[in-house]
Amino acid sequence: MRCCSSLITKKRLYFILGFVLFGSVLLAVVPAFAQDMTDAEYRPFPLIGSRNAAWIAAQLHLLFGSFILGVPMFAVIIEFIGWKTKEERYDRMAQEFIKLCMGAFSTTALLGGVLVFILVWCYPKVLSKLSGIFGPTMIFYVVLFFGETFTLYIYSYGWDKMKGRFKWVHLVLGVLLNVWGTAIMFVSNTWLTYQTSPATMFGKLSDKTKEAWIENSIAQNPELTRAELLEGVTDKTVIPLHNETTGEFWGTVWEAVNNFTWMPVNIHRLIGNIAFGGSIVAAYAAFRYLVAKTKEEKAHYDWMGYNGNFIALCGLIPLPFAGYWLGREIYMFNNTMGINMMGSLFSWLFIIQAVMIGVLFIGANYYLWSGMGRIQGAEIYARYRPYMIAIIVIGVAIWMTPRTLSKISTASELSAMGGSNHPHLGLFGLMTSKNTVVNIVILTTFLSFLFYRRSGKTPTVSWKGIGNIVITAIFFLGVVSIVVIGIVGFIVPTDTRVNVLTPWQVLVALGVMVVVTVVDIFLYRKATTSGTINWGQMTERSQYVLILLAITFTSLMGLMGYARSGLREGWHIFGVQKDTSVDAFTPALGDAVNMVSIIMVIFFALVGFIFWLGLWGDKKKQPATPIEAEATVESGD
Amino acid sequence: MKRVSLFTICFVIFIISWVFLEFVMGGVISKPIPSSVISMYMALILIAILVHVSVEDTRFREFLRPIHETLVDENRHVRRIVLAVLIPLLMLGYTYSNLAQKANPPGDPRDAHPSPPLELTYKDEVIGSMQTVENPHRHYEKDDPEKFKSHVENGRRVYYQNCFYCHGDHLDGQGHFADALNPLPANFQDPGIIPNFQESFFFWRISKGGPGLPASGTPWNSAMPIWEDHLTKEEIWDVILFLSDYTGYPYRTFGEGH
Repeated sequence: MRCCSSLITKKRLYFILGFVLFGSVLLAVVPAFAQDMTDAEYRPFPLIGSRNAAWIAAQLHLLFGSFILGVPMFAVIIEFIGWKTKEERYDRMAQEFIKLCMGAFSTTALLGGVLVFILVWCYPKVLSKLSGIFGPTMIFYVVLFFGETFTLYIYSYGWDKMKGRFKWVHLVLGVLLNVWGTAIMFVSNTWLTYQTSPATMFGKLSDKTKEAWIENSIAQNPELTRAELLEGVTDKTVIPLHNETTGEFWGTVWEAVNNFTWMPVNIHRLIGNIAFGGSIVAAYAAFRYLVAKTKEEKAHYDWMGYNGNFIALCGLIPLPFAGYWLGREIYMFNNTMGINMMGSLFSWLFIIQAVMIGVLFIGANYYLWSGMGRIQGAEIYARYRPYMIAIIVIGVAIWMTPRTLSKISTASELSAMGGSNHPHLGLFGLMTSKNTVVNIVILTTFLSFLFYRRSGKTPTVSWKGIGNIVITAIFFLGVVSIVVIGIVGFIVPTDTRVNVLTPWQVLVALGVMVVVTVVDIFLYRKATTSGTINWGQMTERSQYVLILLAITFTSLMGLMGYARSGLREGWHIFGVQKDTSVDAFTPALGDAVNMVSIIMVIFFALVGFIFWLGLWGDKKKQPATPIEAEATVESGD
Repeated sequence: MKRVSLFTICFVIFIISWVFLEFVMGGVISKPIPSSVISMYMALILIAILVHVSVEDTRFREFLRPIHETLVDENRHVRRIVLAVLIPLLMLGYTYSNLAQKANPPGDPRDAHPSPPLELTYKDEVIGSMQTVENPHRHYEKDDPEKFKSHVENGRRVYYQNCFYCHGDHLDGQGHFADALNPLPANFQDPGIIPNFQESFFFWRISKGGPGLPASGTPWNSAMPIWEDHLTKEEIWDVILFLSDYTGYPYRTFGEGH
């Protein structure tokens, strides 16, 4: 009975929440209905303006969407680990993650609906243009959405029922859920990436589109012959998918989908979702840890927080590489857009980004080091910590040093420096320096994790001495190679640096991590455990760090979203559909920071409320000692 | 001998770091570092210290012990009074130094690099897209080295007849008029200038000069003349060849990916 009544109450609360949100939007829009705007190109959103309304709805939808797409990815992996190792605690944690996801799912859909309404009302012409091109993908999106919804329901509600011999079916459902989710994201990414880069490479065009482009170009410039037009055109040449004068679309849906920034954004968001989902779960666990009343609860949420942070780190480490690829593609699509991004309008945003990613790396390492405090036998690694802190902080300092200091210096300081670039620190502002230190910071973070993994264990293999020398040598050679490549990056042409040296730096860093992991696994395969992990004995500071990481991830997503969207400047669709609304200006960085902060507060308020709501019904159902046996579990990974 | 407290060690490290940045790095080794950059580095050093001392509870307690003692111990009365006077005085000094009127004009709020237009023009003639236009004389570098050399020589002549007054004999931005200009003329010897931009970007900057800078990111205050009023297209492309030839830095290209 209690269970039913709590379910009814929960439903009622959801209904009230939905009603209040819908009512608020309706009330805000009503005054605008009083005006005759049947054929208007733009319609104003009351009080806060159209752009801000769309910004808030889109960003909140994206944050919730990122969470509900990221969490199932690692939930199914954790469930699989639980199934294989037969450890119930993994299964229970995965289920808890999915419960959090369920709560956020309806809000994501609700916010998506709100966003569509705002776009239909405020930007009818833009939506008409986009739906004219992407209509078939929108239908496909709806189908995928149904698939995602029903799979999630079966996956979540069938969790307990499918235990035992049907577990594999449940796992297949989990994988299917991720396939739906990823496909949904890929489809919706087409619309927004097309707005940024409505072009593709010549080699990717169909024969029909090639002809349309050739005919149109000759029609625009009759003096041009076909041969002259095609002279110098390679498979990699950027070809717009619209008539540059009339804006008429001449490509196919697939060509519009497969635009310049589509796949880089897909990959960047896919990895970002994992990192974001992990950080939100870790923050949730941290909050539960801080308010936990019993040792068992503390132990459980400490363990959950550790796993959340580990997942976030797994996503965070490759994220800069994916971001770099996206940046490269933006330059490839349009050099002007690239210069705006890294050297002009948005350059200071990337300094803020460096500061925030610095916070993420310092915070993640801090948490790992704090965690070693609860492992007996981890003390031997403490002596390396000051050096690792120094490396990370110096790396972050270089990463956040601006290339041009004119905006943050007085005239006399500029004069004393001999210009807006400092003769030595100015070198830190170049990409080759920044790429070098990013790789070193990533390797240092990996080393922290390696120490954490080794803590309390003693290898027993006969070649342990040689194994450690090999690992040290791999690290040393890796760092030396990264630094040497970085120095060479100052003297080679940019094309070589971007397309050859930087990928090599990334490959070296990834190679070091892969090879060291393999060697370390064999080295510690039959290791004796000299100490246990005392789950639940973390400092409270470390839990606040987990919350800080989630806040930083959220702000970072908001700010980088502003950059991605703002890069179009005065265009709805870059080079095709001009923004002629009253909001046809790029908001200043300060305004964007304010907006992102407001959105972040709303997001955390909603997330907090949804989590609380989700747990409300479950509270009384939980056993008194939920994970007593796990209070002093021995293994953390 | 009394052991030095962890707090004192951290404090000394903090001060030494500041001295190093302000006077050694920003004086002995290199040119002065702007105070905002030093503040940024000092904030990171403070974070590094706090991370180090707070990871372990025992160390954190040891770090906080002198602060705690100063605040509550009976025999730390004098220290408390000194701090009670010193801290407000320091804050007063800091506030005064930030608010007091200075002879220094404020810094330059303009963007580092202007946003180029999508189309490259010479006077009213459209040359092509900023993305795709290439230096028409560049191909001589491979096809006809002698002709390429003559274009570079022409560029050298154009440079020393028109540009070196501001950009300097050695293209390092240290020309005769450089000291009178704000912002300072571009230093082409800087590894972050030529390699970061395509030749088309340089053509745009030279042909349109200061007045042709975009509305966004103002105030530009550039004294660069509109060179398309004085130089031919060929002369501008030649001087672009010369800049790269003299400094040894290649312009940005997009190779196969483009």
